[in-house]
Amino acid sequence: MNEKYLEIRNITKVFQTPEGGEVRALDDVSLDIASGEFFILLGPSGCGKTTLLRSIAGLEYPDSGEIVLQGERIDDKPPYERPVNTVFQSYALFPHMTVSANIAFGLEMENVDKAQVSARVTEALAQVRLEGYENRMPSQLSGGQQQRVALARALAKKPKVLLLDEPLSALDLKLRRGMQVELKRLQRETGITFVFVTHDQEEAMSMGDRIAVFSEGKIVQLDTPVEVYRRPVNAYVADFIGETNLIKGTVVAGGISLPGGNILPTDQLAADSVIPASGEVTVAIRPEDLVLATNGMISGTVRDVIFTGDSVRVHVAVGDVEVIASLASYGTQIPEQGSKVTLNPEHRAARTVAS
Amino acid sequence: MSHTNTASRKRGKLVNLRNFPGFNPAAWFVLFFLYSPLVYVVIYSFNSSRIGAVWESFSVKWYGKVFENTDIQRALKNSLQVGFVATVLSTLLAVMAALGLLRMQRAGKAVAMALIGAPLIIAEIVLAVGTLGLFIAVGVPLGKIGLMVAHTAFCIPFALLPIRARLSQLDMAPFEAASDLGANERQILRRITLPLLAPAIFAGALLAFAISIDDFITSFFVAGPGATTLPVYIFGMIRSTVTPEVNAISTLLLLFSGSVLIGSYLIQRKRR
Ligand SMILES: Nc1ncnc2c1ncn2[C@@H]1O[C@H](COP(=O)(O)OP(=O)(O)OP(=O)(O)O)[C@@H](O)[C@H]1O
Ligand SMILES: [Mg+2]
Repeated sequence: MNEKYLEIRNITKVFQTPEGGEVRALDDVSLDIASGEFFILLGPSGCGKTTLLRSIAGLEYPDSGEIVLQGERIDDKPPYERPVNTVFQSYALFPHMTVSANIAFGLEMENVDKAQVSARVTEALAQVRLEGYENRMPSQLSGGQQQRVALARALAKKPKVLLLDEPLSALDLKLRRGMQVELKRLQRETGITFVFVTHDQEEAMSMGDRIAVFSEGKIVQLDTPVEVYRRPVNAYVADFIGETNLIKGTVVAGGISLPGGNILPTDQLAADSVIPASGEVTVAIRPEDLVLATNGMISGTVRDVIFTGDSVRVHVAVGDVEVIASLASYGTQIPEQGSKVTLNPEHRAARTVAS
Repeated sequence: MSHTNTASRKRGKLVNLRNFPGFNPAAWFVLFFLYSPLVYVVIYSFNSSRIGAVWESFSVKWYGKVFENTDIQRALKNSLQVGFVATVLSTLLAVMAALGLLRMQRAGKAVAMALIGAPLIIAEIVLAVGTLGLFIAVGVPLGKIGLMVAHTAFCIPFALLPIRARLSQLDMAPFEAASDLGANERQILRRITLPLLAPAIFAGALLAFAISIDDFITSFFVAGPGATTLPVYIFGMIRSTVTPEVNAISTLLLLFSGSVLIGSYLIQRKRR
């Protein structure tokens, strides 16, 4: 596996807005993507994910920086000379062509011979499970089917990198789950490097080999899903990925003083937590890492108890903040609203994060 | 609508916002006003009497006369030749202009569009005088060649109308997709742009053809003696003697324009 298959080197892209202002869509972004990797670009709306994807495809030209594929610069090439293909968010199918003609288009541009074209169209249709739809027009397909055609059209080209811009965002939840599994399978089977844009952290974690978390044109953290979830580099990532209780506290001797007079001992925090000698810190604790204890470190009053099926979510007022604990719904004594409880962070999963 | 009316009567409060008293007859009057000359022409083309205003009996003899009249046939041939050449050339130029405009910056585009569209509202007589003067000054021969050049010019804005309308509605995403899939500019033009524009190009061509066939003022100025077009010939006929033969030709022209109109309507509808 080539660790530096696709290299993004110091890419910056500034857009002029019609109002005369500037938007720094990408701000000195660098990252390396390995061959065969399922790589995720994750971030909230407007953080520059699409701009980065379009820069790789050649549909946008960065102001500075380099894009290198297999050691060769591609950022000065037009889109039609780059061995990468895109699955567009809006699908962008050719409305005047049948499903097979849509898929064949890219192959005809490469002068692949006729028999080969039809073989690869058939193969691509099978990959996305759309056999029998060859002669439909795009307008005669459902959204999910159009999405598959867009995928097949790009896959048929056997690109070195497949770029996917929120390809599932228009699908309903159930279809979306199904497609996530299928995309993952396709990626494994074809071995093609995927760069996948999403703003859905759950999708990112369930699909990605690695995730780059973006904020305002910059990469905030680049890691595996487990690392990003377990070791968020700052409060932004902790909050964006999954659910987190972010509690402000002050450093005191031997621990951190939390609201409501609670003290969290230093030796209960994750070993790699960075704790300053004094001053304010933010403690991040995932709801599922909190358990009820008889004489726990964090005490408060139960405000709400919400049963969600597989878990019970207990909202606890701790001083002037609310802390959420997610408890297993079996085998747990479920506290009553208004009762006093104490909570303990388990497995030293609580950590300090930069704010 | 009857449902709304009942509801408004029962509740006594709802106002039917589409009901403007007195305007219904007005609409009928407008229709009558527009179409009575056409109805007159069609009916009296079947009148056996020589005198236009008096109905005698039903006859198709004026149509027979039209088909025997070699002058009319020559004029028709001129009209069709000029119309064909002008349609092909003006549509071609309109497509090129439309694609060119697509690339222009906003400000330049607005100015260019206004300039191309202006002849639609400038009095044709002014253009005709200018065309004649220019042709004489530069040495464009009057007659068929002159007609073809002049018709091509004034048909361009008409041919451009539906093409521009279609272009402005087009989603740019398929163009990006084509480029992403390996198509260069030329291949995108051939495989994506032109097929997507085809219905609009066809509608533009029909419009140009109808406008060319129908044109009188400019044609009258630049036709010269040898290249009389049909409208110019009809005008000449009326000046010498008004015979119901004119009504017969006019009805035939009407039939032709009607077919063009319906044809373009059907094409526009298929596009959806
Ligand atoms: N052509 C453009 N002209 C001006 N500004 C632009 C242009 N394209 C993008 N931007 C701006 O650049 C920033 C990044 O846009 P981008 O489309 O990359 O965001 P994104 O992360 O893909 O967001 P989303 O999740 O909403 O798709 C935004 O602030 C956007 O307004
Ligand atoms: Mg986007």
